[in-house]
Amino acid sequence: MTNVLGRFDFDAIAKWIRPGEKVLDLGCGDGSLLRYLRDEKGVLGYGVDNDPDNILACIRNGVNVVQIDLEAGLSGFEDGFFDHVVMSLSLQTVRHTERLLAEMLRVGREAVVSFPNFGQRSHREAIAEGRMPVSKTLPYQWYNSPNVRFFTMADFETLCAERGIVLRERLGFDGEAAVTEDLNLNASIAVYRLGKAG
Amino acid sequence: MDTSSNSVGAVQPQRVRFDTPLTLAGGGVLPAFELVYETYGELNAARSNAVLVCHALSGNHHVAGHYAGEPKNLGWWDNLVGPGKPLDTRKFFVVGVNNLGGCYGSTGPVTVNPASGRPWGADFPVVVVEDWVAAQARLADRLGIDAWAAVIGGSLGGMQAMQWALEYPERIRHALVIASAPKLTAQNIAFNEVARQAILSDPDFHGGHYYEHGVVPARGLRLARMIGHITYLSDDQMAEKFGRRLRQGDLKFSYDVDFEIESYLRYQGDKFAGYFDANTYLITTKALDYFDPARDYGGNLAAALARARADFLVVSFSTDWRFAPERSREIVYGLVHNGLGVSYAEIECSAGHDSFLLDDPHYHAVMRAYFEGIRL
Repeated sequence: MTNVLGRFDFDAIAKWIRPGEKVLDLGCGDGSLLRYLRDEKGVLGYGVDNDPDNILACIRNGVNVVQIDLEAGLSGFEDGFFDHVVMSLSLQTVRHTERLLAEMLRVGREAVVSFPNFGQRSHREAIAEGRMPVSKTLPYQWYNSPNVRFFTMADFETLCAERGIVLRERLGFDGEAAVTEDLNLNASIAVYRLGKAG
Repeated sequence: MDTSSNSVGAVQPQRVRFDTPLTLAGGGVLPAFELVYETYGELNAARSNAVLVCHALSGNHHVAGHYAGEPKNLGWWDNLVGPGKPLDTRKFFVVGVNNLGGCYGSTGPVTVNPASGRPWGADFPVVVVEDWVAAQARLADRLGIDAWAAVIGGSLGGMQAMQWALEYPERIRHALVIASAPKLTAQNIAFNEVARQAILSDPDFHGGHYYEHGVVPARGLRLARMIGHITYLSDDQMAEKFGRRLRQGDLKFSYDVDFEIESYLRYQGDKFAGYFDANTYLITTKALDYFDPARDYGGNLAAALARARADFLVVSFSTDWRFAPERSREIVYGLVHNGLGVSYAEIECSAGHDSFLLDDPHYHAVMRAYFEGIRL
């Protein structure tokens, strides 16, 4: 699959979204995913971000963006309003992980999340050598990282099971290549499609 | 960029008269009225590039540029409007108008009531946001503008932009609602009521017919403006700008001015009382208090906004406690509910409600980006 969006996880996310859906993109950055979804799939999209530069970039990109602090939750959005609530490579930067996952599945029929997998081999090796992992997907030093939650695919799946969140689909990537075996060991990026139980 | 080089330059107000009666929200009828307005830039052949700038409590039609021979008499939003500025007059045809009931030349309490031959004074009806927008629509008709590319306003002006989107959804493509609210809170109405009481209780008010007595309720208007000013600034900014600094070296142990803040408020109050009309102030604060598009929808703002078709930019300022960010977010969520296009920026700015008149770089970058994205 060609990497049309410059972020390979976007391609996976876009595949799960049908034309004309309502989509909320949490931590939407410059709005390029929303712009793509709007132009290619006629999606009604709204981005959420709290970085002034990203707000400006979204407006320049012509996509809807709402400046709010995700840590404060999504209380302004109605139950079940969105078909998909997307959070691409941002879940690890939020402190209230549990609450936000619940909120995503409150306002959306499904949630799509991607995050760097701390369980990937090179990260484990770094830890085994006594150092915090620094890699392409975790490019920060421990003292300047925006990441505040450090978890593996296995950890995430345990949380979902405990909270009644259904894993509808999952993908793993190493670099831009799809991983098929032992995702928690081989994937540096995990992408999940999540739903509610029942 | 040097602001002197990208000014719209010398401008002239214009006047237009409407002889078709205007039925007002409060039930009265204005048999005829005049509006004073200014325009900047050129209306394009398709008449698709017009932007209406709505003023707030004390503003007027003089939005940008200066009057001939008065280089310091700059329009109140001159930092936003001009060639190369965020609201670029090379792209847009910009219209500023003094609202009905105003005191800058449009029909209002200070103008002559044709029925009596005397100034309207207190007999001028209480006009509200709906009436202003209806009058502005008449102006749009006269200027040959079927639909505004955008209507923009701050504070009370933002309410007018919202009202345009609700009342004439087919005549407004973009609404910029800056430092505004879907309705005032009790606290906000309370400030307005104190301001009104200051004016109404001034012995020179004469039931609103002070013109005939050759006086103005300057003390009341001054107090009204002083309390207004306190609410337009943030606590932080007041501390930074004035702190507890004394006007002169030492405490006076009298009721004369001790602190710089007292001097500032007195100065602002006196200045305002020297040029603004008390009846207009009363009407305008009532228009603020009454604005509540959700009222006819059982308080459901989202239901009220269902009529709108425009794309919105909503902007608030972090230290604005008179029109707080939470109030702007209510508008945003109401628009999202209806699947309308909306972007919302919450600008970090220390200057309180007045921030919307300043040229904070990020704020103006957001405004510029939004206006640049408007297709003509």
